[in-house]
Amino acid sequence: MSESCAMSDNCRDGCWADFAGEEPRTYTLGDYDGGTARWCPGCGDFAVLSAMQRICRDEGIPPERLAVVSGIGCSSRFPHYVHAYGFHGLHGRALPVACGVKSRRPDLDVWVATGDGDCCSIGAGHWLHAARYNMNMVVMLFDNAIYGLTKKQSSPTTPIGFGTNTHPDGSWLPPLDPVRTMLGFANISFVARTVDWHPPHLYETLRAAYRHQGTSFVHILQRCPTYTPDMFEVLRREPERMLFLEHADGISGDGGPRYAFPNREAHDPTDHMAAHTFAARRDAIPIGLFYRDATAPRYDLHTAQGVGQGSAARLAALERELDRFAV
Amino acid sequence: LSQIEVASTPQPASTAPRRGERLRVDERIIEIVSDSGEGAQKAGQAFGALCARMGNGVWTVEIIPAEIKPPARSRAGASGIRVRFASKAVTNMGDEADLVVAFNEQVLYGRLAAGADRPGTVVLLENKWAADPNEDVRAQYAAAVAELDAQGLEVIELPLEAACQEITPDARLGKNMFVLGLLAEVFDRDLDKALAEVRATFRRKGPEVVALNERLLRHGAAFAAAHVPLAWEVPAWQSDGPLVVMNGNEAAGLGILASGVELVSMYPITPATSVSHYLGRVLPRIGGCLHQAEDEIAAVGFAIGASWAGKTACTITSGPGLALKTEFLGFAVMAELPLVVLVVQRGGPATGLPTKVEQGDLLATLFGQPGDSPKVVLAPATLEECYHFMVLARKLAEELRGPVIVLSDANLATGVAPFPRPQPQAAHLAPPVAQSAWPQGIAAYDWDASTGLSARPLPGQKGGEHVVTGLAHTRNAKVAYEPDANQIGCTMRSRKLAALGRTLLPPVVNGDPEGDLLVVGWGSTLGAIEEAVERLRAEGHKVSSTHLRFLSPMEPGLAELFGRFRRVMTVEINYSDEEGDPQVPPAARRRAQLCQLLREHTLVDVGCWSVVPGSPLAPRQVAAVLRGYLPETPSAVAGVPGTHVVPTDTTAVMAGETR
Repeated sequence: MSESCAMSDNCRDGCWADFAGEEPRTYTLGDYDGGTARWCPGCGDFAVLSAMQRICRDEGIPPERLAVVSGIGCSSRFPHYVHAYGFHGLHGRALPVACGVKSRRPDLDVWVATGDGDCCSIGAGHWLHAARYNMNMVVMLFDNAIYGLTKKQSSPTTPIGFGTNTHPDGSWLPPLDPVRTMLGFANISFVARTVDWHPPHLYETLRAAYRHQGTSFVHILQRCPTYTPDMFEVLRREPERMLFLEHADGISGDGGPRYAFPNREAHDPTDHMAAHTFAARRDAIPIGLFYRDATAPRYDLHTAQGVGQGSAARLAALERELDRFAV
Repeated sequence: LSQIEVASTPQPASTAPRRGERLRVDERIIEIVSDSGEGAQKAGQAFGALCARMGNGVWTVEIIPAEIKPPARSRAGASGIRVRFASKAVTNMGDEADLVVAFNEQVLYGRLAAGADRPGTVVLLENKWAADPNEDVRAQYAAAVAELDAQGLEVIELPLEAACQEITPDARLGKNMFVLGLLAEVFDRDLDKALAEVRATFRRKGPEVVALNERLLRHGAAFAAAHVPLAWEVPAWQSDGPLVVMNGNEAAGLGILASGVELVSMYPITPATSVSHYLGRVLPRIGGCLHQAEDEIAAVGFAIGASWAGKTACTITSGPGLALKTEFLGFAVMAELPLVVLVVQRGGPATGLPTKVEQGDLLATLFGQPGDSPKVVLAPATLEECYHFMVLARKLAEELRGPVIVLSDANLATGVAPFPRPQPQAAHLAPPVAQSAWPQGIAAYDWDASTGLSARPLPGQKGGEHVVTGLAHTRNAKVAYEPDANQIGCTMRSRKLAALGRTLLPPVVNGDPEGDLLVVGWGSTLGAIEEAVERLRAEGHKVSSTHLRFLSPMEPGLAELFGRFRRVMTVEINYSDEEGDPQVPPAARRRAQLCQLLREHTLVDVGCWSVVPGSPLAPRQVAAVLRGYLPETPSAVAGVPGTHVVPTDTTAVMAGETR
């Protein structure tokens, strides 16, 4: 991301991490415009796309070094609408691909778009391991509590009793809470929650995620006007039902009117146990930064070792290795 | 391809030489068998390496139980190793053993059932069981010795463990180097070279362990001189250039290094995993990375991510893992992302035979994806090819912008043999392309209409921004809504295979270019098939063989070649209904996998013989089968003038040559 490449001392041929000699550029929103987004009118995804593009502009990310990776679902159409290098992959498999991208390209800025079905159901096995790897990337978890692309089937976050096409009498299983789940992952280093209907907080949250060195998971409560139009209406109309997590090292809620988050409590985002306690609160939905650990080990610093090592050194090592097998 | 001919006259025990009259022979097959964990494999590997260093051709096959710790003294729990060594190059495990060292009598039953022994096989048998405190064990031992004797094996009962205990109290750990010393004496091996093997084997365990094992080795040699009435000599085979000795998984691992692959992503699975054991140690030394993923799907996804980002990547797996990777392989075809996939085949379906050989993944590899999913499939037939085909695979994956699957198998994976030392090229190690700006106006899939080939923009290339997608897409990488877009995309991806096919040469024929029977094989069965064909030709039969390295696209000229033989059949290690099975009407017969492909490809009535016993084919077994398809008197075949087949040269592809 914005840091200089940790491998730059080793850069020789074929390494793209060396920014030296490049003229600084400034960017406009148009530089990240990938064409007309085809989500339903009123879809929360538009707000996320807009916030992400503004961050790219403000942080000066060159479009050619922007890697946007997704799986399958409404929100996974995201890469098609960003002017960048995009990878619209397989259902549930955005995270392994994103990790592979980052493993040998420390110079690329990796953003992942994934949904509650893509990440928390078919891709759940990768979800917890991506946290363990803690490679430097932003993971935007769009949670509309429904499968939208395939037309209203229950997702792992669909509330009990909510009628869907697969459970017309109401969803039967208790939903999982992505934030509580992620706080239990080994080596988790950044967990935040935001909402699509409050652009300043969405922007601040994604920017904090971008600036964090490690895998930043952002749980985005995202409205689906077609299949779950009333899912978050109560939160939008009665903001006191949300609990804003306030801290000097947290995410600022001051980007908008104070009445957006009237209900506030102090929470130190380095306090893992307190984060668990807040995440478990049911009197109000906590919003903001739950947990951040800037010291968690990063696998991408390990996997990128040797990036750009010259062919001559590799050939010499190979010759030595063949000699070991000589008769 | 080397023409293999190893004289293999069974040596009756009665003519086994006694001390003082060392007998020269062209080759010998030995087996060391034991309960799992008694070091038989280590002894055999060291003996095989010793023979290779003394200039013999060698082929080593591990005898592996499926369980990590099968019960002691069980018939199916045999763990061990076979070493076939000769005065010429050896390409397969051969027929029955000449000499067996057995640490207990029960494991021999399993080997007898597998056809590994014959009347005349000499067995050096641990005799401590004759005095075992357990009465049942004593009875089992006596019964087994009587049974072996009745079957004509020459059993020599020896106090192997007691002799080891003269050197070390822990005979179980000491037996391997004791046996190495014993075999070194029986076969007149250079004791200094044997001691060097001991040092190489135990170097990491410190000087005390090395010294102890040197004493065990010398003691084994002295024991043999005093108690083992055998003295054979297998003269050296002189090769032209320098040699290396390793197994097929190590060869593939080195090939991956030499191909320029810098990211290997895998999930543990037998028998592929040992490639990763090797690479995990070596890859970081040459600036690369081995990633052990959370599952098989993530392993291939991670590799595809790295490849999309412009790095050269490979994933390694076996049957069940191949099944899990299916969707991503289809994605790599659709999005046209280079990817090298090494599949080390084992028995299937499902968990199948995890440690045993089978060639059952061919059709799954070719047709495993929904929709049309053209990809390159290669099959190395020798350990040397395990190395070179990985280099070739990386080159083809990038040239053709798609997945290339290399089908090895458990036989190649664990087989050890010497082969000419490869010469790695700096040019193969270079990363895909430089990072200059993408030329304006060139589409992300700028398909050449005649070949389907296109250059690909890589992340970092200014002006090349686009989205790869598994959805049908246009040449501009836009999701396709036009009715003919999918037809065009499929056509372009398919044309890449036709373009590669045009650069291939017809396969080499082993034997005459026409005759009564042509045997077609692929993969690790090469040595057994060619040796069987050589023997039948020596008997006067008009039989030839050919061995395919490219399964997709197919090598050209097959229909024309097949037309010059009265009969064409494949010999494979995968399932087919037996020909003439009364339970299966002829029209319903399910044929072997290559056979199915060849029938479709050539419209020739290609027959097949195939079995799935979990073991490699033996030349005698193949020869016996082929005899059943040959006329008693060879027919007079009218030669077709001027149709001699040009040798296959896959390196033509490497050099970018086309015909």
